[in-house]
Amino acid sequence: MASIILDKIDFTYSSGTVHEMQALKNINLQIGEGEFIGIIGRTGSGKSTLVQLFNGLLKAGNGHIYVDGEDIYDDDYDMKKLRCKVGLVFQYPDHQLFAATNFEDVCFGPKNQGLGKKEAELRAFEALRNVGFPEELFYQPPFELSGGQKRRVAIAGVLAMKPEVLILDEPTAGLDPAGRDEILGLLSRMRSELGITVILVSHSMEDVAEYVERMIVLDNGEILFDAPPREVFSHHRSLEEIGLAAPEVAYLMEELAKSGMPVKPGAVTVQEAAQEIISAICKIP
Amino acid sequence: MIRDMTLGQYYPVDSVIHKLDPRVKLSATFIYITALFLFRGLAGFALVTAVLFYVIHLSKIPFGYIVKGLKTVVTLLLITVVFNLLFTSTGTEYWHWGPFHLTSTGIINAVLMSVRLGYLVIGTSVMTLTTTPNALTDGLEKSLSCLNRIHVPVHELAMMMSVALRFIPILIEETDRIMKAQTARGADFEKGNIVRRAKNMIPVLVPLFVSAFRRADDLALAMESRCYTGGEGRTKMKPLKYGKNDRKAYLAVIVFFILVIVFRIML
Ligand SMILES: Nc1ncnc2c1ncn2[C@@H]1O[C@H](COP(=O)(O)OP(=O)(O)O)[C@@H](O)[C@H]1O
Ligand SMILES: [Mg+2]
Repeated sequence: MASIILDKIDFTYSSGTVHEMQALKNINLQIGEGEFIGIIGRTGSGKSTLVQLFNGLLKAGNGHIYVDGEDIYDDDYDMKKLRCKVGLVFQYPDHQLFAATNFEDVCFGPKNQGLGKKEAELRAFEALRNVGFPEELFYQPPFELSGGQKRRVAIAGVLAMKPEVLILDEPTAGLDPAGRDEILGLLSRMRSELGITVILVSHSMEDVAEYVERMIVLDNGEILFDAPPREVFSHHRSLEEIGLAAPEVAYLMEELAKSGMPVKPGAVTVQEAAQEIISAICKIP
Repeated sequence: MIRDMTLGQYYPVDSVIHKLDPRVKLSATFIYITALFLFRGLAGFALVTAVLFYVIHLSKIPFGYIVKGLKTVVTLLLITVVFNLLFTSTGTEYWHWGPFHLTSTGIINAVLMSVRLGYLVIGTSVMTLTTTPNALTDGLEKSLSCLNRIHVPVHELAMMMSVALRFIPILIEETDRIMKAQTARGADFEKGNIVRRAKNMIPVLVPLFVSAFRRADDLALAMESRCYTGGEGRTKMKPLKYGKNDRKAYLAVIVFFILVIVFRIML
């Protein structure tokens, strides 16, 4: 299993031109094995840039990244191996689906890893099954699928490479609430079944709050918070300032606590809040 | 990756040159190029040089940035210089070996040609750096609208050009994203011989074409639903209008051109 350490990372786009744009400033992070992390921030805060650093698609201007204790910027570091270890699913599945059938598309990654046809197909089969892709669509062209199904194929395409860390850039963008819950539930299940580290990128707190154990909040290329969701939500004033909102229930619980009800204001999900309120009501003599 | 490529792109600063009407800049560039092939003698050379540098100074674009644009024509420039130097046989001969000569005329020709080519590239890039692609097509459309009378679809051509120009950066960005997405799946675009490499591009080209067609479709639909029917009877939100500076610029261009001709005849 893989661990990732970012040490004082800076990143600038089009460095040295008029279009220069510093996207990340002094990022320090430590990501352990098997974690479930959400990277949150509003559009343009640097989330996509950050995740592309993890698998070496972008190279930081300053600082170092260590994956399993090895500096990935060493001259003799094997980038291809890194990309197998740290799988990245981009925001738009349309950017990666190209083959004549879904199954063939998922085989692309394993084949690039140098696996034989048989083994690649086995991996593809397993990955498509893992993401709950209906078998009757395996040999259909990917261009006719619905948004949610396309996303499943895209995730399977990376999953088939058996990464130890799975990063997903805005996996719920453009999906309806049901599709969103399905994808998030799927990721949560895969993480516990396959034991991989999962990193979710999202611009919506509410979406990922239920699922992740740790939240990294980015603002303007800097890390603002790095803590469990309930702790992050307790700062909802500063979250509002940077254009993010804590889940509705967090506000509700705060109001209740203020009006004298004996509830702890840390609830993140509706279930937790309901439980809190019920036990508070029971406590009232 | 690909995004760092510059295609004579607009350089956003605020200057007198930037604010000129695109028609002025188009005709000035045209006249300047003509002048480059007309001028003669040191006086003419001094004039075209002075004008070029004065305009660059006015445009507030860093000189180094413009010179960078010359890189693309360096090979062409070198070939021209070498041919002119070695294969001109008229004039006073300084040296010769087999078919090669080094003569006074050859040296003069080489210098002249490289000045012409270099100034031509710099002159046109000053125009493209100070004019947005949209303004440029607007200017072209207006300048060429007389061709409408002989049934050249000027508006349609201009519209096609501005759509194409608008889509170039989008498609470049998209290519970059697609390449990244496939690289993340272990694709390698640098390894292997030419056939292998061409084959490796398939996973990039298919999504790129799919998305280009979808975009074209969407755009056509969006234009149609806003009742776009082509150029006839269509008015502009920002019609091109000449201002005081534009008239002055025209005057300056005319004076410049007369001077070039006078220098050519008199000196
Ligand atoms: N390829 C690029 N070239 C130049 N600037 C970019 C590029 N990609 C992103 N940026 C800029 O970097 C900043 C961070 O972008 P990004 O990481 O995509 O943010 P997010 O994913 O949080 O929306 C933005 O201001 C964006 O405009
Ligand atoms: Mg993004």
